[in-house]
Amino acid sequence: MAKRKMHDPFGVSAPVSVAIHALFILFSLACILPVLLVAIVSLTDFTAFRANGYSFFPAKWSLFAYKYLLSDFGLIANAYGVTAFVCIVGSLLQVVSQSLFAYPLCRKDFPFKGFFSVFILITMLFSGGLAPSYYIYVRVLHIKNTIWSLILPMLGGGYTIFVYRMFYKINIPMELIDAAKIDGASEGSIYARIVLPLSLPILATFSLFGIIGYWNDFFSCLLYIDSTKLYNIQFVMQRSLRNIQFIQDNIRYMGGSAASEMQKITAQLPAETLRMAMAIFGMGPIVLAYPFFQRFFIKGLVVGAIKG
Amino acid sequence: MCPLKALQRLLKNIKSNKSMLLMMLPVFTFVVINSYLPMFGVIMAFKNIDYRSGILRSPWVGLRNFRYLFSNDLAFRITRNTVGFSLAFIAIGMVLAVSIAILLNEIRAKSAKKIYQTIIILPNFLSIVVVSYVVYAFLDPVNGLVNKSILEKLGIKGISWYSKPEYWIAIAPIVNFWMSAGISSIIYLAGIAGIDPELYEAAIVDGASKRRQIWSITLPMLKPIIIISLIMSLGGLIRSNFGLFYQVTLNSQLLYSVTDTIDTYVYRALTVAGYGTDNVARAAAAGLYQSVVGAALVALANFAIRKIEPESALF
Repeated sequence: MAKRKMHDPFGVSAPVSVAIHALFILFSLACILPVLLVAIVSLTDFTAFRANGYSFFPAKWSLFAYKYLLSDFGLIANAYGVTAFVCIVGSLLQVVSQSLFAYPLCRKDFPFKGFFSVFILITMLFSGGLAPSYYIYVRVLHIKNTIWSLILPMLGGGYTIFVYRMFYKINIPMELIDAAKIDGASEGSIYARIVLPLSLPILATFSLFGIIGYWNDFFSCLLYIDSTKLYNIQFVMQRSLRNIQFIQDNIRYMGGSAASEMQKITAQLPAETLRMAMAIFGMGPIVLAYPFFQRFFIKGLVVGAIKG
Repeated sequence: MCPLKALQRLLKNIKSNKSMLLMMLPVFTFVVINSYLPMFGVIMAFKNIDYRSGILRSPWVGLRNFRYLFSNDLAFRITRNTVGFSLAFIAIGMVLAVSIAILLNEIRAKSAKKIYQTIIILPNFLSIVVVSYVVYAFLDPVNGLVNKSILEKLGIKGISWYSKPEYWIAIAPIVNFWMSAGISSIIYLAGIAGIDPELYEAAIVDGASKRRQIWSITLPMLKPIIIISLIMSLGGLIRSNFGLFYQVTLNSQLLYSVTDTIDTYVYRALTVAGYGTDNVARAAAAGLYQSVVGAALVALANFAIRKIEPESALF
């Protein structure tokens, strides 16, 4: 006993340790099982669903919901396309523009750093609200029903700028910049050759945040998009939950003869299995990529929280 | 200094920092569009908006839109729901996230700790639309897991969850906890990891029990982080998670008495046909009310931070 204590002076007793593990196993199950339920229902045969409702143990499995959604992939493929474009272009614009903005703020010889810090700070304190923003997008910029109305809302500054500034202050040696200036390097090439390579870790973290933010966004689509062609994947899902007819209408609308055969069958198809399959399309890529990116995420989160 | 000289110096500064100012131009433009133009747009709240003549030429109506909001119980209802849920989310989230972090820290097996950590933050990455599907799988009145697989088996009549507002007083905090508990506990876990182990060694030598160590070392050492994040969340007291109250509730009108918040009201007034342009101005008024209270709360929070932890103050 004494030996064990030497080895692990902070440990708890064995029964307590078992209890803690049990608690976390339960908590982990509570986090995973609901998502698993969605997956299982999407794979449930619809007569079995009708008999038992949502259940972890379907009487009969079936791929029909997926076959139906894939019979005319147009709607979903299009939504994936919109989401992918917005994720890539949006997060790239976000990361590049924010790092470009934050870099001069960490330079001691930049005379406007106070002004621009306050410029950002004010927006963190006060916002005009949704109604004026909506008016500006729709009536001034006229970007309703364009892809830019999905990208622009998440561009800008805020807290992130200050995290970048902190990172630069800690990680970029000012002597290096001074030396480059003496050698006659322009500001542009100092940024490209010194600052950018040194800031890859923070750029990676924030690109990840950006991609997840854009992937999960349905609000901009809800506000600004009326045309099916520009629906993103979250919005197609949102529509499907509110109104299952939406999927069926749009698969017909998007054309495709394979769908017509399916159409007859879906008259009796319970909306739920279709809906849940739709949910799998919406969360699939994020959940699959999750094990790979979560490490970076935790790192970024902890840095932001402790340093900020 | 005479103004002319100051201007000359400004121009000289601009000229010599041309390339850096150019670098800042993209974000500058985005911030002007997304933040500053809407700030001037708050004049909408004091107007009777006529789209044909534009905001600037629409007639002023003084405080009429605010009077409308505050004359019936609308403003009271949406404020109560917004602030009430925020308070519940903060209190529940704080207590449980700290507890989770303390317990997680007691787990010695590294791999198990990592697995738990990975799993409990997963819900944070699901979009609110996915969350609404998950909730629907449980609460669907006809086929839902709760009604069909639990209540029916127990011989209890199913509950029509999406039309009974009283249940949402509990459902909304549970859903919010499910989404965010894991992620907030990670921050506290990092805080605990930073505590000097010598403190615990000394406590053990003095014969302190585990519970005693938590009360007398862990919690006091975590206090700064707890206070800071409490104060930070104070600024968000008058904001709500739109997705949670609009999408997870399926925007069910029968639930509005409990789930209608400032954000869902503003959205509805702004977009739903039949509400008319009067409501656009009312949406602007509600938004302005929210922003002003929010800014006051942030200022208050910052004032408190300066008293407690001056280094963490925002300004």
